[in-house]
Amino acid sequence: MSTIVSLPDQSTARLPKVSYLNKEYGLKSWLLTGDHKRIAVLYMISITFFFFIGGAMAALIRLQLLTPYSDLLAEDTYNKVFTAHGLIMVFFFLVPSVPATIGNFLIPIMVGAKDLAFPKINLLSWYLYVAAGIMMLCVLTFGGVDTGWTFTTPLSTHYLNTNVVTAGLAVFVAGFSSIFTGLNFIVTIHRMRAPGMTWFRLPLFVWSHYAASILMVLGTPVLAITLVLVVLERTIGIGVFDPTKGGDPLLFQHLFWFYSHPAVYIMILPGMGVISEVISTFSRKRVFGYTAVAFSSVAIAVFGFFVWAHHMFIMGISNYSALVFSLLTMLVAVPSAIKIFNWAATLYKGSITFETPMLYAFGFLGLFTIGGLTGVFLGSLGMDIHLTETYFIVAHFHFVMVGGMLMAYLAGVHFWWPKITGRMYPEGVSRLAAVTTFIGFVLTFFPQFVLGYLGMPRRYAAYPPEFQVLNVFSSAGATVLGIGYLLPLLYLTWSLKYGKIAGPNPWQATGLEWQIQSPPLTENFEKTPIVTHEAYDYEWLANKTKNEVTTVG
Amino acid sequence: MQHFISPVLWQFLVKWLTHFAIFPPEASTIAPYADALYFFLIVISVIGLGAVAFLVAFFSIRYRQSRNPVATQIEGSTLLEATWTIIPLILFMITFVWGALLYFRIYSPPPNAMNIYVVGKQWMWKIEHPGGQHEINALHIPIDQPIQLTLISQDVFHSFSVPAFRVKREVIPGRYNTVWFEATRPGVYHLFCTQYCGTLHSQMIGWVYAMKPEDYQAWAAGSTSGHSLAQNGERLFASLGCNSCHNSTPNAHGPNLANVYGSHVQLANGQVTTVDDAFLRDTILNPTLHEVAGYAPIMPTYQGQVSEDGLIDLVEYIKRLDSNYRIDQTIDNSAGQPVQTGATPGGTSAPPLAPGAVKP
Repeated sequence: MSTIVSLPDQSTARLPKVSYLNKEYGLKSWLLTGDHKRIAVLYMISITFFFFIGGAMAALIRLQLLTPYSDLLAEDTYNKVFTAHGLIMVFFFLVPSVPATIGNFLIPIMVGAKDLAFPKINLLSWYLYVAAGIMMLCVLTFGGVDTGWTFTTPLSTHYLNTNVVTAGLAVFVAGFSSIFTGLNFIVTIHRMRAPGMTWFRLPLFVWSHYAASILMVLGTPVLAITLVLVVLERTIGIGVFDPTKGGDPLLFQHLFWFYSHPAVYIMILPGMGVISEVISTFSRKRVFGYTAVAFSSVAIAVFGFFVWAHHMFIMGISNYSALVFSLLTMLVAVPSAIKIFNWAATLYKGSITFETPMLYAFGFLGLFTIGGLTGVFLGSLGMDIHLTETYFIVAHFHFVMVGGMLMAYLAGVHFWWPKITGRMYPEGVSRLAAVTTFIGFVLTFFPQFVLGYLGMPRRYAAYPPEFQVLNVFSSAGATVLGIGYLLPLLYLTWSLKYGKIAGPNPWQATGLEWQIQSPPLTENFEKTPIVTHEAYDYEWLANKTKNEVTTVG
Repeated sequence: MQHFISPVLWQFLVKWLTHFAIFPPEASTIAPYADALYFFLIVISVIGLGAVAFLVAFFSIRYRQSRNPVATQIEGSTLLEATWTIIPLILFMITFVWGALLYFRIYSPPPNAMNIYVVGKQWMWKIEHPGGQHEINALHIPIDQPIQLTLISQDVFHSFSVPAFRVKREVIPGRYNTVWFEATRPGVYHLFCTQYCGTLHSQMIGWVYAMKPEDYQAWAAGSTSGHSLAQNGERLFASLGCNSCHNSTPNAHGPNLANVYGSHVQLANGQVTTVDDAFLRDTILNPTLHEVAGYAPIMPTYQGQVSEDGLIDLVEYIKRLDSNYRIDQTIDNSAGQPVQTGATPGGTSAPPLAPGAVKP
């Protein structure tokens, strides 16, 4: 079984006369749209906006940490800056990043449907996100908040006089936008698959979104309840978390991490879906062990709910419960290892090319592997005692969230950019951006592992002078990383007007989304597709192309 | 190089780039165990990452399109997948067992540990030695002697971290946490608060002074306030009126507290519980939490009337109450300081009775 796939000649490609982008014009047609593709674009613009706000905060953090003293920002300001960075990046960028943009755009097309199951709820989800975003901007404008993104009680409930309530409510509202997205995906994947699209013909992108959606729908309400309790505690003093009233501050930790650990998987699973698509496409080969990769997503989602107390190993939970949570943490690492090796094996006997999405995917493989393995350090009980709450943690979750998820997001944006806009991004400069991002990332965050083992605590505005050199390396890397992120913003915007016309299937990928015009029609398909082939069936694609050529000729 | 930049700047750069820490000092009995696990984890990470990097790089070169224009479709391989499920699983299980053993070692204090109290508050560490030495942001300890810290916060979460000892423990309001270590090398080590605790979180730092036992003796003798914690506790006990009920008269309203520490008491709900520091603290602040069988629940709460330091004094006093209330009164505290006696009930150290102290 072998397949030759060569990329089509794009010089003859023309933009389609009618597409979702030009069917209607005017602001109103966008703001009142029910079209999942337009909502995805709205989401993409909004999360990009918040990404660069969060990124500016990161720049301030790294500038502050260039010297051991709190000389650029006062302590309070520094605390507000890292809180804003965490809140914005987690709740306003990472959680919605792939699902609400690329997922929103592609899930209906991939399952062969006209739209998501509840288009109006989808639009509502974006409005909730925007409302939450405006609340968060108000928080930043009117004095900020300095709880840290974790809202740790009793600090957040009794000891701070910043905008904790507004920030908590903003995250509460943003949570509902995520619940609605997840709900929409679950119903769409269950009920709206095209004829012939069985569960095991779904692209792995859909599987990973399904797993993430389950986490969103089951986990986010717990966060919502927790934040409401924090707000009530702060405003009327109900005392659930207050030891002087018989409450238990550890209860907050349990509730918060019951959401916030699965949230890590909410963030990373959709990214893993992107990687499956990209690696398959650019090695022209089906994903090695489809079933294993699909079920490992579900396994991560299930196990992900039972590891939350590994954030609390040093907090005085019983030694035996720590034992159980450590064991489960080790188990949740296994499905991720399976995925990594299956992706590597996908390359075996492929026919590999190295377009930008593939470079980002390779970056993901390396950085996510480091992030995952350092997670094993932290899941190991005795090691966690020394490493937790230091820069080792910071480096670990940035490797997973930024090195993993953000790389996957950028891989996805580049990969589907021709589908979303109908135009190609410039290949040369985007490869440069991918490499810059990788180098900048490693230089920024690798020294932080060393700092962490030295014991440098996180969230310090000032630090002992012997840690300075490593911090300077890190800040220098952040500069490179910043350039790596600005480049796509510039050349992708440029490509909207000047990019080459992409044509329907510039990568010769097998997904249903590549069999329709780029950009797609509002209805996605001219007629309901009937699916007769499995995902990643490159022979089917080759035959289909051959037939098309004969008909046209 | 010297020709291009000023020699002073050159010297500065060389010094700066060659004098930075990359590995923390190993200064406790735990540290070598923690570091051994760390190096094991680094080795398996390097192997894992190396395997992935090798596969990706090798396949990318071997199967690049210019060399291999035709992809061969492969379904998968259960055997291979089982291999890369089971090998990581085994490695992770070894890590789990190893980490668990280390965790139990770090969090199980030996019975002869010397107890020191730590109160965290925004933004300082208050250290209270039973002998009456009070320190802020500094902790003096003898080496080669297990030290147990009983930690509590009087406001928000803090976390007590000494990287050179590889130990850390969350310091939580309303709850005694403990941690122990045994320093092996004299020196001065960083003490950090690692849980974000508000504005001056990054200034809630201090130093741990690990000293040779004889130096420690000298320090302890020279730094005492003159009143042991138990003596402070006794005064507090009297001024709060505790002794009006908790006395040894036959018709006392409250239980006699002599020798109560470490004993098992029957609660009104039938449970039997051990009296430890946390039990004593809880019953002072919230008497209805553990109602002792046989006594009417008439004790008022002392919530808000006693500081965390005061509670430590009371707990320390009740701990040492082994026959009646006057036992500690005659201790001449300035005479000698915590020599480890090691055999007191409850596993805590006691300042030695001064020569001539009599149990009446």
